[in-house]
Amino acid sequence: MTRSSTASPSSTLSAEAVFDAGAAAGRATDAILRDTLHGTARGVVVDSPPGAGKSTLVVRAALELADAGRPLMVVAQTNAQVDDLVLRLAEKNPALPVGRLHSSDTDPYDKALDGLDNVRKSAKASDLAGIDVVVSTAAKWAHVKGVEPWAHAIVDEAYQMRSDALLAVAGLFERALFVGDPGQLDPFSIVGGEQWAGLSYDPSASAVTTLLAHNPELPQHRLPVSWRLPASAAPLVSDAFYPYTPFRSGTGHGDRRLALGVPSDGSGPDRVIDEAAESGWGLLELPARHTPRTDPEAVRAVALVVRRLLDREGASVSERSEDAVPLTADRIAVGTAHRDQAAAVRTALAELGAADVTVDTANRLQGREFDVTVVLHPLSGRPDATAFHLETGRLCVLASRHRHACIVVCRAGVGELLDAYPSTEPVQLGTLVKFPDGWEANHAVLAHLAHHRITWQP
Amino acid sequence: MSLITTLARLEAVSTGRARPAATVRHRHLSERPLVFVPLTTAGEAGAPLGALVGTDRDAPRLLAVPQPRDRDLRFAFLAELADVVLPYIDGCAEAVEAAERSETDPETGKRVKVEVELCADAPQLIVPSRAGVDFVRLLGRSTRFRRTAEQDPEAPFPAPPRVPLLGRWLTHFGERARVPGSSLLPAMTDLLGRHWATGQSSLEDQHLGALLAWIDPPAGRSGAEAAREAELARDAGGQLRCPPAGPATDPAFDNKLLAPAIERYDRARTAFAAAQDGLEADERLGALTAAEREIRTLVESRTRPTWDAVWRGLDLLRALPEGVRVEERWTRDRWSFTGHRDRVLAGEPPQPRRDDAVTAANKLATREREQARLEAQEALDDPLVMAGRRLSGEAFAGEVTDVVMAYSESKRPSPRPLVTVRTDDRPHLGARTRVYRSLGGKPQAAEFVGYEDETDGHGADGHGRDGAEEGPAAVESTGVESAGVESAGAGQSSGGLLVLRIMDKMGRGREPEAGSVPEKGDRVCFTLFEHEPRGGAKLPDPEETPWTHGGPPDAEAAVREPADPVTEEDVL
Repeated sequence: MTRSSTASPSSTLSAEAVFDAGAAAGRATDAILRDTLHGTARGVVVDSPPGAGKSTLVVRAALELADAGRPLMVVAQTNAQVDDLVLRLAEKNPALPVGRLHSSDTDPYDKALDGLDNVRKSAKASDLAGIDVVVSTAAKWAHVKGVEPWAHAIVDEAYQMRSDALLAVAGLFERALFVGDPGQLDPFSIVGGEQWAGLSYDPSASAVTTLLAHNPELPQHRLPVSWRLPASAAPLVSDAFYPYTPFRSGTGHGDRRLALGVPSDGSGPDRVIDEAAESGWGLLELPARHTPRTDPEAVRAVALVVRRLLDREGASVSERSEDAVPLTADRIAVGTAHRDQAAAVRTALAELGAADVTVDTANRLQGREFDVTVVLHPLSGRPDATAFHLETGRLCVLASRHRHACIVVCRAGVGELLDAYPSTEPVQLGTLVKFPDGWEANHAVLAHLAHHRITWQP
Repeated sequence: MSLITTLARLEAVSTGRARPAATVRHRHLSERPLVFVPLTTAGEAGAPLGALVGTDRDAPRLLAVPQPRDRDLRFAFLAELADVVLPYIDGCAEAVEAAERSETDPETGKRVKVEVELCADAPQLIVPSRAGVDFVRLLGRSTRFRRTAEQDPEAPFPAPPRVPLLGRWLTHFGERARVPGSSLLPAMTDLLGRHWATGQSSLEDQHLGALLAWIDPPAGRSGAEAAREAELARDAGGQLRCPPAGPATDPAFDNKLLAPAIERYDRARTAFAAAQDGLEADERLGALTAAEREIRTLVESRTRPTWDAVWRGLDLLRALPEGVRVEERWTRDRWSFTGHRDRVLAGEPPQPRRDDAVTAANKLATREREQARLEAQEALDDPLVMAGRRLSGEAFAGEVTDVVMAYSESKRPSPRPLVTVRTDDRPHLGARTRVYRSLGGKPQAAEFVGYEDETDGHGADGHGRDGAEEGPAAVESTGVESAGVESAGAGQSSGGLLVLRIMDKMGRGREPEAGSVPEKGDRVCFTLFEHEPRGGAKLPDPEETPWTHGGPPDAEAAVREPADPVTEEDVL
């Protein structure tokens, strides 16, 4: 989505010298809360780049709205997100009564919620009436009917929410704060919705697109600092995926270090680990070849990199702690484009005794954070580049989950593949053209990774 | 494209013949479908050139527009089309059966059963290709807002009486065709493409002649050769031997045959109009009729091969037995048809040009639900489709090797038997993944407990069970031992032992009902996908469209949106 940035590029540049990340982020947050609590607009939209403190903002806004005595409903997209929010709310203010509206399936919520005294859980909204903050998924909220509307709502991950999901719940609140990351994966539909492309309320578009098409006057903010991405990653992710709404890293180049206890054995995986530990990025390039999706060599290479990361006793130093924190399996993740690729990597990791490393698709890694990520490039080994594989958000998610380093495993030849498959999506009248397109973003990332390339013949 | 489709296409290439992609027919075929083979005029979107239409394969009705840019002739074509299509539709609208539908009682707000009519059969309009479906939609769009002289005496170009009604029906067919698995308006290329995999790309499969050549090549020839000929072979006059299925025509036909014929027709018409006396007029009328007949012959020569191809496709499809759940989906088509019949009878206005926010969201939700239903039902109806799902890790089949009774931990313990299944499939199972099998047509749910170690579990009833609870650990230990020995995926001879916990459909008692739990030796097939997709929440009524979506639509404007203003280009 292109939107005019709030600061012109020139002023950002000149201010760079005195830019204080913490202060800038604080000013942005204050403005958001001011508009939310005291503004007159029915909605406030906040764009947040990866790791910019979105969850922190949601929790803080929720607490302040509750403090102000406004009945608040919080809409998240998945049960995991809802549970996470409830836990964060309880952590910040254990005395605050929180309602967790859940489905009537088995195990509808995280068992950790049972240990919280002020969290009431129910499958019926009426049981939770009168509680300061009620949290649930959009899908569950859609079933709530015939209740007094809430004065305020917070819609989390609003860019991943579909317009039709917002339609189902928007009648439940009078005003709302919409928070999300425009650079991540767009919501999708398993059937074609071209019929409605260009309509302001296209049901398969994102909730924010529809909201702003009908209410262009709503205040829009963005969080300017990524606390997750290291100084080595923020410029690339910002340039490649957020060209019109740049952000910066909250930490400097020397603030984060990744050190390895065991020296390199000279193999490809070890060399790429060294490169990534040093520079924040690593590209392990396998020989060009057309392969099935679950390319056995590439899968094996991903698993080997993870195994070596664990074996080499990595330790990270960051602004969070002076002492080195060991790089354990729970701080590493593997990202893929397809579920069968994730399953293949899981099997390969299990064979190497590293089954407890998170392996998932880009869709499911959204919103998560790790120290080191190993990514199987979506276009690796492919003979063609489809819209799915070129989607900007997919690469953005995969390239922005890490606090220290990201290692990409890929077959050679993706550059040529991209040139052979320029974006050819039909132009739909009336739709906003999304920048950057996946083709361009892929090239930008590839060009950067080329400086950190380790070629390896397994 | 799934792995099994890729495999089938590769096999088709190597054998020179399309491979079956299904063992049963997954779409309903009417006893008496209405086949519609339209042609359109090049460069004039929505200007029909002609059509073959009818329910009798030996006696199609030929419709032709000798001058497609003449709107009177276009209306005459549409009126004729209405004379064929509407009686066919009416024929289905009359026979009804009683049915029940749940509706929300406006007073109590409760769901109550209401007796309603359901048409016993629904019409089925078959077009040759996907472009034909779009053309039906376009015809609907261009005619449903026309006003007849009766509706509006002031209308500058009144439409013939039944044309707007035809437009409403064609629009309904076109919209329904977007619902996955629906059969009111199928395209023959889609029907054939669903049931056979050819050795060409799915784009090339859009050519009906080439597709049929792969599925049923002439004796002694390979599908590839025959398909190539169907696509490219031309006669001495430079015309395609197998004309494209339309509605677009071949440019060589347009330039060499059609354009001169239309020009002759135009000249004859001008001459006729300029006739000075009766005798001259008679003579020139003869020339005009001859010119018109010439065009009709041309249109027939381009549509008849396609017409025959559609019927040949129907023969091939009818040879397949109908899938068990096809009837259920056809019933949904009948509901859709009955619903529109009732809206027409109730005097409701034609479908608006654009859906409002709530209608669009409802349609999308329906289509997503039907897509999920279709995928599940096709797999359950057809072992070949299920094989594809098994290959992609979304289902597994195998033999039950062990059943151990267990109970839930609650005040009233319910049966939760543990079933061990040996399978050669490699499903993508995670801890507590839900799986389903079809039990008497209803889905029974089970939960994945873990993998059982083959050496421990075998023959030691109940003993290996504890080990099974530590599923992931067991995987890890066996995995480490075999690391480096197995190549990924290939050449795995020994299957895995999966332990499942059956969760429901066992009755209310402490002991499961007979037949509700698989027994040792049973062949079972579980899917990781649900069999009956759950409906989403009900959306607000259009009058309650929220502010985020622009508020309630302006009802007047949506229905009576003015037609585009007439520009100079609109007038000949």
